[in-house]
Amino acid sequence: MIELENREALAAEFQALAETVLTSAAAKGATAAEVGFNKGTGLSVQVRMDEVEKLQYHRDQGASLTVYFGHKKGFASTGDLSQQALEDTLDAACRIARFTAEDEFNGLADAELMATDIPELDLYHPWALSADEAIELALTSEATARGHDARIVNSDGAGVDSYAGLGLYANSHGFSGTSTSTSHSLSCSVVAQDGESMQRDYWYDSSCQPGALASAESIGLQAAQRTVRRLNGRGLSTREVPVIYVPELARGLVGSLVSALSGGSQYRKATFLLDAQGQQVFPDFVQLHERPHLPQQAGSRAYDSEGVATRDREIVLDGKIQDYFLSSYSARKLGRQTTGSAGGSGNLLLDHTGVSYTDMLKQMGTGLLVTELIGHGGNPITGDYSRGAAGFWVENGEIQYPVEEITIAGNLKTMFRGIQAIGTDIDTRGRVQCGSILLDKMTVAGQ
Amino acid sequence: MQQAMDLARAAFFAPGVLDEHHLDKVFAQLMTRDTTLADLYFQSARYEAWGLEEGIVKSGSYSIERGVGVRSVCGEQTGFAYSDEISMPALLDSAKAARAISRAGQSAKVQSWQARQPSKALYGMDDPLLSLSEQDKIDLLHRIDVKARAASPYVQQVMANMVAVHEIILIVDEEGRMTADVRPLVRTNVSVIVEKDGQTESAMSGGGGRFDLDYFLHDERADAYAEEAVRMALVNLEAEAAPAGNMTVVLGNGWPGVLLHEAIGHGLEGDFNRKGTSAFSGRIGEQVAAKGITVVDDGTLEKRRGSLSVDDEGTQTQCTTLIEDGILKGYMMDRQNAALMDTVSTGNGRRQSYSHLPMPRMTNTYMRSGEYAADEIIESVENGVYAVNFSGGQVDITSGKFVFSASEAYLIENGKKTKPIKNATLIGNGPDVLTRVSMVGNDLALDAGIGVCGKEGQSVPVGVGQPTLKVDGLTVGGTATA
Repeated sequence: MIELENREALAAEFQALAETVLTSAAAKGATAAEVGFNKGTGLSVQVRMDEVEKLQYHRDQGASLTVYFGHKKGFASTGDLSQQALEDTLDAACRIARFTAEDEFNGLADAELMATDIPELDLYHPWALSADEAIELALTSEATARGHDARIVNSDGAGVDSYAGLGLYANSHGFSGTSTSTSHSLSCSVVAQDGESMQRDYWYDSSCQPGALASAESIGLQAAQRTVRRLNGRGLSTREVPVIYVPELARGLVGSLVSALSGGSQYRKATFLLDAQGQQVFPDFVQLHERPHLPQQAGSRAYDSEGVATRDREIVLDGKIQDYFLSSYSARKLGRQTTGSAGGSGNLLLDHTGVSYTDMLKQMGTGLLVTELIGHGGNPITGDYSRGAAGFWVENGEIQYPVEEITIAGNLKTMFRGIQAIGTDIDTRGRVQCGSILLDKMTVAGQ
Repeated sequence: MQQAMDLARAAFFAPGVLDEHHLDKVFAQLMTRDTTLADLYFQSARYEAWGLEEGIVKSGSYSIERGVGVRSVCGEQTGFAYSDEISMPALLDSAKAARAISRAGQSAKVQSWQARQPSKALYGMDDPLLSLSEQDKIDLLHRIDVKARAASPYVQQVMANMVAVHEIILIVDEEGRMTADVRPLVRTNVSVIVEKDGQTESAMSGGGGRFDLDYFLHDERADAYAEEAVRMALVNLEAEAAPAGNMTVVLGNGWPGVLLHEAIGHGLEGDFNRKGTSAFSGRIGEQVAAKGITVVDDGTLEKRRGSLSVDDEGTQTQCTTLIEDGILKGYMMDRQNAALMDTVSTGNGRRQSYSHLPMPRMTNTYMRSGEYAADEIIESVENGVYAVNFSGGQVDITSGKFVFSASEAYLIENGKKTKPIKNATLIGNGPDVLTRVSMVGNDLALDAGIGVCGKEGQSVPVGVGQPTLKVDGLTVGGTATA
């Protein structure tokens, strides 16, 4: 079993180290300081073609120290947590701070914003699993996938990962918080061939709670079905059509919204959604909620990476932007208050519009179902968007054939406004939980 | 290179407590009679970065990464563990965990220890973090800021970053070979945001390699990065919607070599080919590019970002011919995959750090020059796209489909480069895209030294290069349908 032994003792040890470092920072003249300590342990097994391929043990630890001399800031980190190494790292952070410029917006988040009530997020669930048992699970998953269809001729393997970690964050306001979490995943990737056409695809599940993971068989089956259905993909001629993003890709559209609303892109004016609060960016049925305190979810956390209490927020209401994602620094730059978003967002939930995946295909009628995107083509400043894609051509609400070697392009502003429906097929594996999204029109380029 | 070994011994060994004689015990724990390969990878790295924004150096960071990775390989199977503590108990622990991959009980041992040195050092050993004073580093970033703002009144934001890394590596393997390498790496990036008549655009430039930081002061390099970023951003302000569809594309020389990296480079890495999951699997000897095209992966170029005196398994790097006169010649190998395919490592075994497993990776991948002048190539195109800068790419190894995203491109109309067009993704099929290359320029250039390659979650620095190329038929992912 992958578990952190003596978590209370480890937390106490980190607490003592944090206090030593904070005291020492003050003694060196720092007017404020913050420290983070983490330790984790993990196991990854990978099997391929019925044999163990890789057995890896992970053991990570680290400390990161930030010091402020007035409004001058320095940062240093180390993987060595000995007293001497921490002292050296602190000296390095102080040395850096001597050379960085005064920046009036630098500093800790305000003391009154520190989290006081820490909700129980139930994120720590070690998996009672030996390496041999992990190997068995992976073998089962791969065997299910390979046995599913004669066209599955090769494998990229199946894997099981389990990780347990503890982190402590403390700052010179006197705030100190400890969080423990686990993460477990099952994955499988196989290769299918039919004549000249060779395709690979995969499936996975992940959770902090091993009991919540899909079975090894179902992961293998999904991987197999997803791979085989891609065989003999065709090109498409260039055209403008409606497009459906499956949930795991629709999540990326929400991700683009989050970066466009992040403090850094707002104060740098490097966003296509500048000063968008209050603006109608989506159709009025679009609702996006931030819910950082959901038990057992990937994006749950009681406080952000500055110790600021997180809280439920509305990001999009009736299609209008309600709020940004700000750290204390970007908030000061914008003359606002931090939203507890230092280090990223909490769970983001996109409401569905009551349409099932099948009904969404019918609603689209004729168009492109996108199941894979490659590349990162997009311009966050203008919203221009262009990606490599693969998926399926749909007519009369029915999948006709796989398509590949095409691009889809548009502009995120018009794509957001062009959302027609959001599916009930919600993918709950990640920080962004959403269903499929139907867009009215994108440019598909191909042969 | 005795001196690298001296530095490595000083960094990792402690007299009487941990040295090669103590490693006997570690290898006895790590190896069984089934072991085909075993190694320890000691790494000590120092990183420093400075960031300028809004005219001031706002951020600086420093970090130390230090540890040892312990690997045991039995044929296709790998056991791996690592520790950030370099001590005998930690090594023995990791060895025991890594050995679990082998089902054989009996231990094996290393016969004798032998320190080796690469025949040629490709870069200096000095610590680049110490190559400029702190004030000089800050001044350099300010100079970039001033230069960029002076280049155009439309510049709104300038962000400049400077990173220096100094790594000491020691690799000890089952043959008793001990190989050390000391690796400097520096990089400077400049991003600018420009605004004109309510339109906003951005662009990025930069460079680096295995140098000291004063590299950026020579030949006004830092100034050139600033001017280049501003120039490109201003071009993009004027850009019109890119065309959509299949068309003739002329790729500029240098950084557009990312085409080779994505379209064929990854597909020729030994692991995918040993497993038969690459679109190039089993195709050695076949024509995969037009006649006259030769592509190599060369880890031996002096001071380049992708170069290594030895790879992360202690194998001396080399210049490996991947495609010669259009014919697929070879794959890039690490030790494990080479042994399984009954060949030898090409010095392409690389890893992100001690906590990651090595695998076949590219170094500097480029196409050799052909015979045409760049102008001649553009003039030969009636209608098409001329793409001179890219922001990155990705490939699906198995289907062979790859993309790369243009960050500066123009229309070609009647043999002339005309209007700039917006950033667009280009998509093609790796195994046949080079067969559609109809003209190869005589102007081979390598990139400026900022490339990062990601594979299976591991990042390593790489280089790319190519001459100007004309490809008859690539799909351009714009929005303008004719």
